[in-house]
Amino acid sequence: MNSDLKLASDNIKARHRKAKLFRMFCAGVTWMGAGLLAILLIQVTVDGIKWLDYQFLTSFPSRFPYKAGVKSALVGTLWLIVMIAMVSIPIGVATALYLEELSRKGKFAKLIEINISNLAGVPSIVYGIIGLAIFVRGLGLERSLLSGALTMSLLILPVIIIASREAIKTVPMSIRQAAFALGATRWQTAWAHVLPASFPGILTGVILALSRAIGETAPLIMIGALTYVAFLPEGPMDSFTALPIQIFNWVSRPQQEFHELAAGGIIVLLIVLLTMNAAAIFIRQKTEKKLQ
Amino acid sequence: MQLARDVDITKKKVRWGEWMIESSLAICATISVVTTAVIIFILAKESMGFFQVVAPTDFFFGTSWVPLFEPSSYGVLPLLWGTLLITFGAALFAIPTGLASAIYLSEYASPKTRSIVKPVLEVLAGIPTVVYGYFALTFVTPLLRMLMPELQVFNALSGAIVVGIMILPTISTLSDNALRAVPDSLRQGAYALGATSYEVTTRVVVPAGLSGVMASFLLAISRAIGETMAVTLAAGATPNLSFTFLESIQTMTAYIVQVSMGDTPAGGIAYQTLFAVAALLFVITLILNIVSQWILSKFREEYE
Repeated sequence: MNSDLKLASDNIKARHRKAKLFRMFCAGVTWMGAGLLAILLIQVTVDGIKWLDYQFLTSFPSRFPYKAGVKSALVGTLWLIVMIAMVSIPIGVATALYLEELSRKGKFAKLIEINISNLAGVPSIVYGIIGLAIFVRGLGLERSLLSGALTMSLLILPVIIIASREAIKTVPMSIRQAAFALGATRWQTAWAHVLPASFPGILTGVILALSRAIGETAPLIMIGALTYVAFLPEGPMDSFTALPIQIFNWVSRPQQEFHELAAGGIIVLLIVLLTMNAAAIFIRQKTEKKLQ
Repeated sequence: MQLARDVDITKKKVRWGEWMIESSLAICATISVVTTAVIIFILAKESMGFFQVVAPTDFFFGTSWVPLFEPSSYGVLPLLWGTLLITFGAALFAIPTGLASAIYLSEYASPKTRSIVKPVLEVLAGIPTVVYGYFALTFVTPLLRMLMPELQVFNALSGAIVVGIMILPTISTLSDNALRAVPDSLRQGAYALGATSYEVTTRVVVPAGLSGVMASFLLAISRAIGETMAVTLAAGATPNLSFTFLESIQTMTAYIVQVSMGDTPAGGIAYQTLFAVAALLFVITLILNIVSQWILSKFREEYE
């Protein structure tokens, strides 16, 4: 009897030891993920910080590392952000609004939904190839900012639509019912009530999508964004380079100095991304307070 | 004078302004359908042109990929193999770690820890892929070469590791959502029977959330297959059909980048290979995405 009890308690001890080990394993692995992020950021900062000065931001690329800078790449990226936003936000939000508020939930809406979820999973380089075939070659837009912005807009449209729909879904039914009860049409309700109420959520989704576009390299390489550009684009039809392209160009050179320049470029890129995300959080908090 | 009773209020007055707005919104919504159609049309059209020159059997079963030099050869297997090697290595790293993090986040972490760790892991997903390429080349590869001097500068191992890091957040975030959707009553039932936290997690929670977990694996794998910049920078540009992580390889995506960096004339056979490879890539990722959506809808356990 005693030995049976002892066996049982040993068994329980072993099981609990196993549970404890498992817990420690899971925690360790998770913190390792966070640690990897820290290592990556430290590595980039240590390599790149010494190149990061006013001269780096205001110089064109050069084959001499100490003269090289990200001026044309940074300006190209800013052009891209504005142009992508102008194309993708209206179309994306309009689609989300249509699917959630206006469409009759029939076969057509279902077809669009299936398309969007599948488009979200298409690799970015495939969008690059389509951009090359349609915008650069087919429509004859050449290797211009416009081609780049249109390609990137196609790429992030599904992301914007999905995020906007999620935001619109969180608007309480009572708001719509109140508007309908007062005789508003569906469009009036959607425009004057649903859209303002879901604005903070839509904005967050849009900014996350735009930051994805800024970091994308492969589609821009496909449509042939130049890697050596010693002038600033002045209009949508000009050729251009962008930060990720410049970084890729520097990383793929063998010399150590260019790797460090790439790290400097990465810091600039991450700062742009960080600024956008901070802006999203700031605007969201502002508007959320106002709505309540 | 028109009396109120003569007005038919059930008759809807058409508001032409709104009709136009609704129609233009519907047109915007149609763009996604058009995009899909255009992608399929372009890939199919250019691939057709390619397959008129190269026999499909040579493409799908050929073991040598030399498209840019004479004598040329268009067997896609080495590229497909490179992609599989990277994806396999990345999954080997990311599936156990991603699932373990998801379990930690949903089962063990306090709300406060969770609110810190989850965003940090999500930042890993937001970092541009070219940065991972840089990280592979300047940090991971030198580190590995200290341990394994026989490792080539461009190698599949380093590429697989950084792609693994990239897809880790996809698995941990989506699996965490799936595990958290498992109702607490199931956990409480198991604990009441005397199960330890390990037994509750592995025998109750994970099986109950398995459809979401499997879908997250498939989505992550599909992302690894489509990954471009990190593997281009880290794994090199040598189509290679041997089972080794130590040598330079080339993935389908890296090949597409390599060709488009040069000046490829439109309409030539080299230009058409881009579309044939891209079409294969598109079909593979599409199948994975559809299967993962199917798993989600078919095997979802509803607990009400």
